[in-house]
Order: sequence, then structure tokens, then C-alpha cells
Amino acid sequence: MAAKGIDYVVGAACSEPELTTNGYIQHHLTNLTYGKLPYDSEVWHCNEESQLWDMPTIIPADTWTFAHGASEAADMGFWAFNVDSIGWSVFLGALFLGLFKWAIPKNSDTPSGLQNFVEMCIEFVDDNVQSLFGATNNKLIAPLALTVFVWILFMNLMDLIPVDFIPEFAKYLGIEYFKVVPTTDPNVTLGMALAIFVLTIYYSIKIKGLKAFVAELTLHPFGKWLMPVNFVLEMVNFIAKPISLGLRLFGNLYAGEMIFILIALMLFFNSVLIGMLGIGLHLVWALFHILIVALQAFIFMALTIAYLAMAHETEEH
Amino acid sequence: MEYSILAAGITMGLSAIGAGIGVGILGSKFIEGIARQPELAPFLQGRFFLMMGLTDAVPMIGVGLGMYMLFAI
Repeated sequence: MAAKGIDYVVGAACSEPELTTNGYIQHHLTNLTYGKLPYDSEVWHCNEESQLWDMPTIIPADTWTFAHGASEAADMGFWAFNVDSIGWSVFLGALFLGLFKWAIPKNSDTPSGLQNFVEMCIEFVDDNVQSLFGATNNKLIAPLALTVFVWILFMNLMDLIPVDFIPEFAKYLGIEYFKVVPTTDPNVTLGMALAIFVLTIYYSIKIKGLKAFVAELTLHPFGKWLMPVNFVLEMVNFIAKPISLGLRLFGNLYAGEMIFILIALMLFFNSVLIGMLGIGLHLVWALFHILIVALQAFIFMALTIAYLAMAHETEEH
Repeated sequence: MEYSILAAGITMGLSAIGAGIGVGILGSKFIEGIARQPELAPFLQGRFFLMMGLTDAVPMIGVGLGMYMLFAI
């Protein structure tokens, strides 16, 4: 499996490939991957003197290593960790916890700056939990909603940092690929959606009991004589929730990031005028994108609360 | 490869049509609602943005998958 943009041919030139639009986009879409290369995959080496590809070596045993390029990352298959996504999301999660922890004790009567922001977030989330979740007593929901909202907001806000800023900086530190926005990685968004899904199942079983939960899945539209049909219909509905939850966030942010990258491509024209136009377009799209960034964080939170509220509904249909 | 470009174009175009109609209806009803009951405007605005985000998400998923077909496969 060969990556687009790079020709893996013995004897072909392997020097820094000429910067093409496709290569640029590819580079921005490749994660920094650490994983297990299976034992018979090929590793291509660049000959330092001639700048031509040498014969690829076949890996004799499974090795854990960083991938050089998308094709090696694809060879890793299941055992591949997107180190940049993990790193940035953990860092932003820690930033969220630290910031809120730090802002709360300074509880002054005339809140300013950071404390204002923190109180605004908490009140906003609390309002939403009250209105969507209602009277049910569950102490986990509000903190969960706050975490989901602020964490996703922070991860989405990374999108507003200019596309080349951090990756170019990382290049100087010797890191070849570096994706900055964790929510443009489907693994992250679908992982979060899956966590919500597991919580939904847990609370469904805990609050309603296993029997009522199974009954909900099998007896619903057509009554008990058409149980398999009911099950298939309800299952589609059931599975579609986490997938649409994760894909919605991923799709919005991926498309937004992609448009930033496409605007950045205007620099390839080598003209000051088009470059200036590109800067203007970046600004316009960034301003519009702020709406999507905040809206998607809000929607993820609102749906999290709504799904968990559904799991707590005990009355019969 | 050529077909994936065509597929991406169709995906993005059709989903844009759908979202356009959807957001159009949503917006017209929103304005209608405010015209009838101006005091409900802030309440409606929050709901409007929520629904717009939900409507807007489907074509955005389409655009995301289209871009994915173009550049990542």
C-alpha cells in the first residue's frame, strides 16, 4: 500500500519531494503515529549520498516504532496510536481541569476575566442540564456535561490556530507529522461518543433494570409477536446514536480544518496579492468557524444530556 | 481515482442542496415565530441555533467524507 504523493520505487529520487498541493494536504492529514509494524512489512530507506531509494528492508520481527508516512501507519493496522491526538487531547483536558480548579477558589464578589468565563460556562451548562434532564437525581450528569462541553470547546478552538503554525514548529524539533486539532481525528470523536454510549447502556440497565431495557429494545413498535423485527429496528436506532454523535463532530471540524488548509494553499501561487486575499479569507472563515466550534461543542453536550436523560426515563411508552 | 472525485462532488453537492432547503425552512419559521411573538425571540434563538447545528451537521459530514475521499484514500 503506497501513500499518494510519494513514489516508492527503487532508484527513484527520494529527496525532499517537491512541495505539491496534494503533498501539502496529505502532510496536514497525517497523524504522528506510534505503533507496531508487523514482521514482514517493508521499510524504505533513502540513500544519503545519491538521494535515491534503496531496496526496502523487510522487518524481521514485530517492532514498535514511529511511522514515517501514511503507508507505514496503514501497515500498522490496529496497533497504531495517534500520538498527537492523544497528547493534545490529554493536554487540553489537563488545561481545562487546571484552569477551572485554579479559578474557582478565588471567589470574589466582583468576578473578573477568567472567573467570569468559568462561572459563565458552569451556569450555561447547569441551565441546560436543568432544562433537558429535569428532576431526575443524578450527580454525575452536570459534571459530565461540563467536561464534555469545555473539553470539546478547547479541542475545537485549536482549529483557530493557523494551520502551519504548530506543525512547522514541530518540524524544527524533528517531528515529521503533527496534527493539532484532536477533534479532526475520528478516533477521538468516536471514542468520546462510545464512552457516552456505554454510560447510556449502564444507566439504562441500572435505573430501569435489565428486563425493562431488553423489553424496550424488543417490544417497542409492533408488540411481542414480531420481536426480531422490533429488535432490528430498535438496534439500528440504538447504534445510530453514538455513530452520528461522533461523526457529526468529526465531520464539522474536519471540513472546517480542510477549508483552512485549502485557503492556505493560496500561498502556492507565489503572488503577494493572492497571499493577501488568502489572509483575508482566513480571517473570514475563522470568524464564521467560531460559530461552528462553539455550536458543535454545545450540540455534543446537549445530546449527551438528552441521551442520558432518555436512559433515565422509567415510564412506559 | 477519477470516480472518487465524482463521488465526492455528488456527495457534497447533494448534501448542500438538502441542507439549504432544511436551513431555509428553519430560518423562515424562525422569523415567522419572532414576528408572531417577539417576546419569545431569545428563547427561539437558542432552539434555532441548536436545530441549525443539527441540520447543518449532515452536509458537513458529507463534506468531511467527500474531502476524505478526495485526499485521504
